[in-house]
Amino acid sequence: MKNMKYLILRRITQITLLFLYFAGNAWGWSILQGDISTSLLFNKIPLSDPFALLQILATGALVGANVVVGAVIITLFYGLIGGRAFCSWVCPVNMVTDLATWLRRKLLIDKVEPKIWMSRNIRYYMIALALIVSAISGLAAFEVVSPISILNRNIVFGLGSGLGLIGAIFIFDLFVVKNGWCGHICPLGGFYSLIGKFSLFKVKHDHQKCTLCMRCKEVCPESQVLKMIGKSSITVNSGECTNCGRCIDVCNDDALFFTISKYIKENKESK
Amino acid sequence: MGGKEKEKITPRRRFFTDLAHHIGLGAMGVLLWAGYTSKAKSSPLTLRPPAALDEEDFLKTCIKCGLCAEACQNRPQNKDVNGKQLPGTLKMAKAGDNVTIGTPFFIPRDVPCYMCDDIPCTKACPTEALDITRVTNPKTKELDIKMMRMGVAVVDVHSCIAFWGLQCDACYRACPLLDEAIKLVYNRNSRTGKHAFLEPKVDPDVCTGCGLCEKACVTEKPAIFVLPREVALGKVGAHYVRGWDKKDQQRVKERNLNDITTHDERSKKKPIDYLNSNSLGL
Repeated sequence: MKNMKYLILRRITQITLLFLYFAGNAWGWSILQGDISTSLLFNKIPLSDPFALLQILATGALVGANVVVGAVIITLFYGLIGGRAFCSWVCPVNMVTDLATWLRRKLLIDKVEPKIWMSRNIRYYMIALALIVSAISGLAAFEVVSPISILNRNIVFGLGSGLGLIGAIFIFDLFVVKNGWCGHICPLGGFYSLIGKFSLFKVKHDHQKCTLCMRCKEVCPESQVLKMIGKSSITVNSGECTNCGRCIDVCNDDALFFTISKYIKENKESK
Repeated sequence: MGGKEKEKITPRRRFFTDLAHHIGLGAMGVLLWAGYTSKAKSSPLTLRPPAALDEEDFLKTCIKCGLCAEACQNRPQNKDVNGKQLPGTLKMAKAGDNVTIGTPFFIPRDVPCYMCDDIPCTKACPTEALDITRVTNPKTKELDIKMMRMGVAVVDVHSCIAFWGLQCDACYRACPLLDEAIKLVYNRNSRTGKHAFLEPKVDPDVCTGCGLCEKACVTEKPAIFVLPREVALGKVGAHYVRGWDKKDQQRVKERNLNDITTHDERSKKKPIDYLNSNSLGL
């Protein structure tokens, strides 16, 4: 259990949020109402998915002030604590894809199957496509296919069809591409990568302590962000890091830890 | 080996090939995605919550958060006699509902709209896809649920038993706008010679489309049902004029002939010339 601290904390956060959403609908609890696209916190504070709002604006629609305020709050929040903290601490699909990745490791699929290469930049193209298709079709394009909101709504408003898509993503991540959905395709993940680029919370590496066991790279869903392992003592500055803390969990040498900002200065010093 | 010399790829060539590659993939993405999205729009028979924008704008604006549906279900008065929570009117569309996924809609014969005076669903909307001004009296600035136009009730006179001569006024009694949205029209029953038909007649100018009539209808499949107004109602067009209506007369006086497009060139002759000509074939 020692090396599962952040994993357990994340699961608690994810499940608690889903439960609060569910209770908001089922029993009228006013802690967290709505769903993952727009919520109401304590019956007062709006929270909105800024990417969904961008798509709505791309269709040419005019929107109310609440959703704009909500999107600004969320943008600032994730801009501060690391954009993709949404992915690893909030998003329900993360639990599905993490399970697929875990199973993939257990079944030694990476050792047996020939690897299929996919660019991790697809997600940024998906952002552009989502906005273009929204403008063409007059419908927020990612919102009608998003497995994130489909899974979230299935839990909040009762189970229904649409779970096939979640199954497809599970199989895709398990048998086709490692971290295929979250780490390559999902435009929301791409969007939060951009937002979180300059966040305060970063993972930091101490290469003096590192014994090059590479456990961190094995578990990291975005292993390209850990390119400094064993080389230099700097923070993980890529916005693609999800701040999931899995690398910190598995490191037996205390060579990885969370830090709060000052990273720009420190990085300059270490160069 | 006297094989062909390997073709040289200049940086320029590489640039254009890369460009074509990216544009091609992008175009494929747009085609697939837009193709799916165009199929993802709702059936025209979808009934939207109170004060919803017109369908096209509603689809653009709704963020699919479900706050309206939650406000509807969890309103304090939505409880049975034992204080147990009842299902709300508004549902969130799932795949297979034939409604754009995640958008709110309602099926009156399952749960009709009870026309709450405080309109909690519309107030809850963060994007104003449910537009509170549509249910706000412009003069008094007070909420007026009677202003909503979710749909209009339509009677199938063949399966409505009131048209058989049976005395049923279930829909008439269920209507929250009693004797305004549904009126009973008395007609002589010539079959018996001594009874009356009490036929329900909907006034589409008053009906809000709440569906309480549809829920109350006694026939196996309701003989009165709510349809979206775009589906159920016709449109007269500007060129028919009510000669007995002062407002309509005023409209005709104020219109500018140059603003009206016609299929053929407008005749220079006066109507009286037409009557005097031989073209009537008299």
